[in-house]
Amino acid sequence: MSVDPQDVDPPWRLPVVSFEDRMATVEFRVGERAHIVVDSEVCRSCTTKACVTACPANLFAQTADGGILFNYEQCFECGTCYMVCNSEGALTWTYPDGGHGVVFRNG
Amino acid sequence: MPDNLNGEDEVWDAVVVGAGPAGAAAALALAQAGRSVLMVERGPFPGSKNVYGGVVYARVLDEVLPQWWLEAPVQRWVTRRSTMIMTGHQALTIDIRAQKWGEAPYNGMTTYRPDFDAWLAGKAVEAGAELVTSTVATGLIRDHHGRVCGVHTDRPGGDLRARVVIACDGVNSFLAKEAGLLPAADSAHHTLGVKEVWSLPPEVIEERYALGPREGLDIEMLGCTRGIPGGGFLYTGHDTIALGVVVSVEGLARAKIRPEELIADLREHPAIAPGLRGADLKEYAAHLIPEGGYRTMPKLATDGLLVAGDAAGMCLAAGLWLEGVNFAIGSGLAAGAAVTRAIRSDDVSAKGLASYRSSMEHTFVLADHKRMQDAPKFVLSERLHAQYTGLICDMAERIFTVTNPVPKPRMTALLRRTVKDHGVRWRDLAKDAALGGRIFR
Repeated sequence: MSVDPQDVDPPWRLPVVSFEDRMATVEFRVGERAHIVVDSEVCRSCTTKACVTACPANLFAQTADGGILFNYEQCFECGTCYMVCNSEGALTWTYPDGGHGVVFRNG
Repeated sequence: MPDNLNGEDEVWDAVVVGAGPAGAAAALALAQAGRSVLMVERGPFPGSKNVYGGVVYARVLDEVLPQWWLEAPVQRWVTRRSTMIMTGHQALTIDIRAQKWGEAPYNGMTTYRPDFDAWLAGKAVEAGAELVTSTVATGLIRDHHGRVCGVHTDRPGGDLRARVVIACDGVNSFLAKEAGLLPAADSAHHTLGVKEVWSLPPEVIEERYALGPREGLDIEMLGCTRGIPGGGFLYTGHDTIALGVVVSVEGLARAKIRPEELIADLREHPAIAPGLRGADLKEYAAHLIPEGGYRTMPKLATDGLLVAGDAAGMCLAAGLWLEGVNFAIGSGLAAGAAVTRAIRSDDVSAKGLASYRSSMEHTFVLADHKRMQDAPKFVLSERLHAQYTGLICDMAERIFTVTNPVPKPRMTALLRRTVKDHGVRWRDLAKDAALGGRIFR
């Protein structure tokens, strides 16, 4: 049986890492308080929703009614979301309480 | 660690917010001068919130920590540095190897920030500084004249009084924002760095990247970000490869591309992928970088407050040179020295602290930034990323493609054709070449 060379992965092809597995490599000491709060009402009028694609931890999801659903638990605390947000008041951004949040080991 | 800081009782000479390289250096300088200084770190240990692009140039420590290289937590000494210009299927690499960089006093080292920052903060503690971790500085305390005289923290009884506060609280510096020194958000002058750290045995790394034991490689890449202004990087650790991209926040938002897709492109690039064969993902990380340079730096001193490190935009992102930790340390040391002088002359007003800025104008910290002030605009320009990288790779490929029996084309004809193929206007090319020449002269 002949094999189409297009079907053969190059020998150096790395295994595909799912987003969940990727995030599982990071240590998070999750605090009780949500350090970032999203006002989904404000998000409804946002036309770009840039946070959804830009957030490196993929924490922003668009809801069916045009709002934004946000989960603070696996946050890198990088600040990209508030930098790209152009809807005044949509995001309340603070740091997690002392000792909580992301803990990098190889940063 | 006590829950209650009992901060009301004591007035520190300085409270340093953030125990990263800027904060640790400031505390080290103050402690060495015999001043009382407290570092407030929001992470469980210094460096736990920090991510960087991989190389520390630590000669700035020569004076305060002689022979720092004997104890710094080094992964590898960089003896190979490459600049790679690439498209999806091409790469043109300029590669320098300098064995001298692998001997004292060394040049660049790869290290992990949780190790390096904790080590440097530890040196400040050894010199007499105090460190409190897991504590967020939530705001500035001002006296009735409006002068900064301390910080609120998120601990019970955690108000801390100080003659001077040094804000080394990083790229998102909420203290500098509260003081009105930094804009609330500034996506045009920040980049997002995302990084994957992959595990490989040390001897495999040394074989694949042609390195001796303890020798490291630093590759900086251009053209691997789907036209979004930015670049890529690869650094060797002792038993890890760090691979990542740095992209304009504004450009990323506009392109609607997810950051990890950009690293995936890089990971699968024919010039990068073979080196990573068999590796396991160890950690994924992301961090913002202030890339506005000299022109967007905030005012560095107000009454009772200094700003240093990333909080002050002290990151040199000048294409050829990509440095930050050394600038953080340099500004921290200068801040510590300026506070020592201000306290000695009993004037911690903006005027009394003005020697902070003036002292840095004579060292690399502000001199390099001033000289490179047009670099950020140049290195993040759309044309450079969307057009020039492809033009350069095609030009190189065409030069070395043997077209027998057709005779070799003349270089000028080749260049004309390649420029045309990439839709580049000669006028823009001339303008950008002149700008590049002026910046890097």
